[in-house]
Amino acid sequence: MLAGVDLDLEEGSVLAALGPNGAGKTSLLQVLAGLLALRDGSGTVLDCDLATARGELRRRVGLLGHHTTLYAELTAQENLAFALRAMRRPPRDAGPALERVGLTGRLASTPVRSLSAGQRRRMGLAWLIARRPSLWLLDEPHAGLDPSGRDLCDELVEEAASSGATVVLTSHDADRAEQVSDLVVTLAGGTVARTAAGRRARRVA
Amino acid sequence: MTRFLNRALGPFALVSLAVTIWLGLWVTPPDEVQGDIVRLLYVHPALATVALYEAFALAALASALYLWPRTRSEKWDLLAASAVEVGVVFLTLTLITGSLWGRPAWGVWWTWDARLTTTALLDILFIGYLALRRVPADPPVRAKRCAVLALLSTLDIPIVHFSVQWWNGLHQGASVTVGFHFLIHGSMLWTFLLSMVAFSATFVWMVRERYRIAVRDEMHGVETLEVALAARRAEGAS
Amino acid sequence: MLHDALLVAGKDLRIELRSRVLLWQVLPFGILALVLFALALGPSEAVLRRGAPGLFWLALLLAAVLAIARSAGIESAEGTRASVRLLGLDPGGVFLGKSCALLVELSALGLVLDLGLLVLFHVDAARLALALPLALLAVVALAAVGTIYGALVAGTDVAGTLLPLLVLPALSPVLIAGERGTASVLAGGGPGRWAVLLAVMAVVYVAVGIVLYGPLEEAS
Repeated sequence: MLAGVDLDLEEGSVLAALGPNGAGKTSLLQVLAGLLALRDGSGTVLDCDLATARGELRRRVGLLGHHTTLYAELTAQENLAFALRAMRRPPRDAGPALERVGLTGRLASTPVRSLSAGQRRRMGLAWLIARRPSLWLLDEPHAGLDPSGRDLCDELVEEAASSGATVVLTSHDADRAEQVSDLVVTLAGGTVARTAAGRRARRVA
Repeated sequence: MTRFLNRALGPFALVSLAVTIWLGLWVTPPDEVQGDIVRLLYVHPALATVALYEAFALAALASALYLWPRTRSEKWDLLAASAVEVGVVFLTLTLITGSLWGRPAWGVWWTWDARLTTTALLDILFIGYLALRRVPADPPVRAKRCAVLALLSTLDIPIVHFSVQWWNGLHQGASVTVGFHFLIHGSMLWTFLLSMVAFSATFVWMVRERYRIAVRDEMHGVETLEVALAARRAEGAS
Repeated sequence: MLHDALLVAGKDLRIELRSRVLLWQVLPFGILALVLFALALGPSEAVLRRGAPGLFWLALLLAAVLAIARSAGIESAEGTRASVRLLGLDPGGVFLGKSCALLVELSALGLVLDLGLLVLFHVDAARLALALPLALLAVVALAAVGTIYGALVAGTDVAGTLLPLLVLPALSPVLIAGERGTASVLAGGGPGRWAVLLAVMAVVYVAVGIVLYGPLEEAS
């Protein structure tokens, strides 16, 4: 449950939200994605009012959640192709995106339910690459990934921000999160307890 | 004026019901063919009319108002739920009184006549609404699901209404009207019409009271939430 | 809407071809239902032949509940629901697509049960074939009703027990009209007003489903 969160983000910036379990990190991402309605308060994300334009907002954001995306019986290739067709994009964009995250060959044509948790995470990242949203929402993106996967994730975050997208990620790994972000907020009890500059801001500056 | 009508509703319902019972049991004559069984005429059709054409119509209207974004408000959801609850009670009583009528009239407690059958199914359908209502969910989620179900269930009402024409069955044809010619006369007709008014008033009163209880329950829920939010904020501040 | 409908129908059918739940679970259950009905009624051919239309539709309805639950369950997996909402698919298109996929599956189920009628209940094959258009109309209504009721309970913990309670009474007009129309055709007559009733129900439920699926998706 979130209670009293005020945020102002610029395009092309990276925000990391830290905090213990139950602090409200996932809820925050779901609100920003337009998946959860606000009970109180107001907000605008990507020029979409959170009260009235959540449908439009959902089409513009990309979310990497805790669980597998889309359909477990379909392959990674099929899932991405389905998602791209739904967004009126050419399904052939799935191939390069899956290649980028290392899901090629047999892995791309295995049903998602047979993939490991880390491989499903990579598939989620591939979806974001193919989707190219203006707002990236990553819920503990490093969880379940091996070291190369975590480095890939950081690269993708940097590329997204450099190309003008805004990134909001949550993490338990404070060090890593600070490394890649411009702004770090710590949530506690559903509200922002602390704010600090991330190391990306200092590097970019 | 509104306050007067509000206060008068309960006593009016009670009095009109009492008068209906008095007229129905003691004043009106028995029927030539059906004898004293005909006295269920002053109960059964009114219960059915209120359930099918008032309760569930109200539930459908309130549900539609809830689903329409411009008029969306929790009160429509609570009103729909109240109307369905009372409607299920009335419809169940309809089936019971129909059974009591059927036994001496047809020789059986139940027959698979189309109208009886679809009425029973409608009862089960709206019991399903009450079951869905009890599934744990966020109030807005529950409200939308129930609103959709109420509208879907309403689609069955015309089937009940026209079933007497569509399927031949043992059920009484229209007892009161064929075209504009009334088939029952005199004190029986007036008592019948009074029963419609009495049961309608009772229905409105019951829905109003149930709605008030539902609103109080929701307010209690909101207060509990406010307390939880305050505790949450305090947790964050510390 | 049409684009999304085709996309979703293709996806559902591909998932079915991959998982074969219809083939290995729903169809056998339908046949089992027919067998159990025969056991309950006794071996008299005359009784079975007379009861065949009703038992066919009853078996189809009971098996359809499983198919409906399966169709709704595809969208209910953790993470799937949220991910799909982010795709911005037209809700009316999703409803149409899922209904079409369910229509294909239920049609296959119906054909298999028809074979069951021929073999187990000794129904006349030529007359049964004449009842197929009526059956198709009924299955369209069935698919539309099932899709929306499936969405109604999807995501709840009690979907398995709640779905039959909600959807079977709603499908009872399909059962009545399907049975009486089929009986009429098997007796040498036409489907008459039952076909009209089923057609009206199909049109109404498809239209209502297109309108109401959106609010249901928002609610889940």
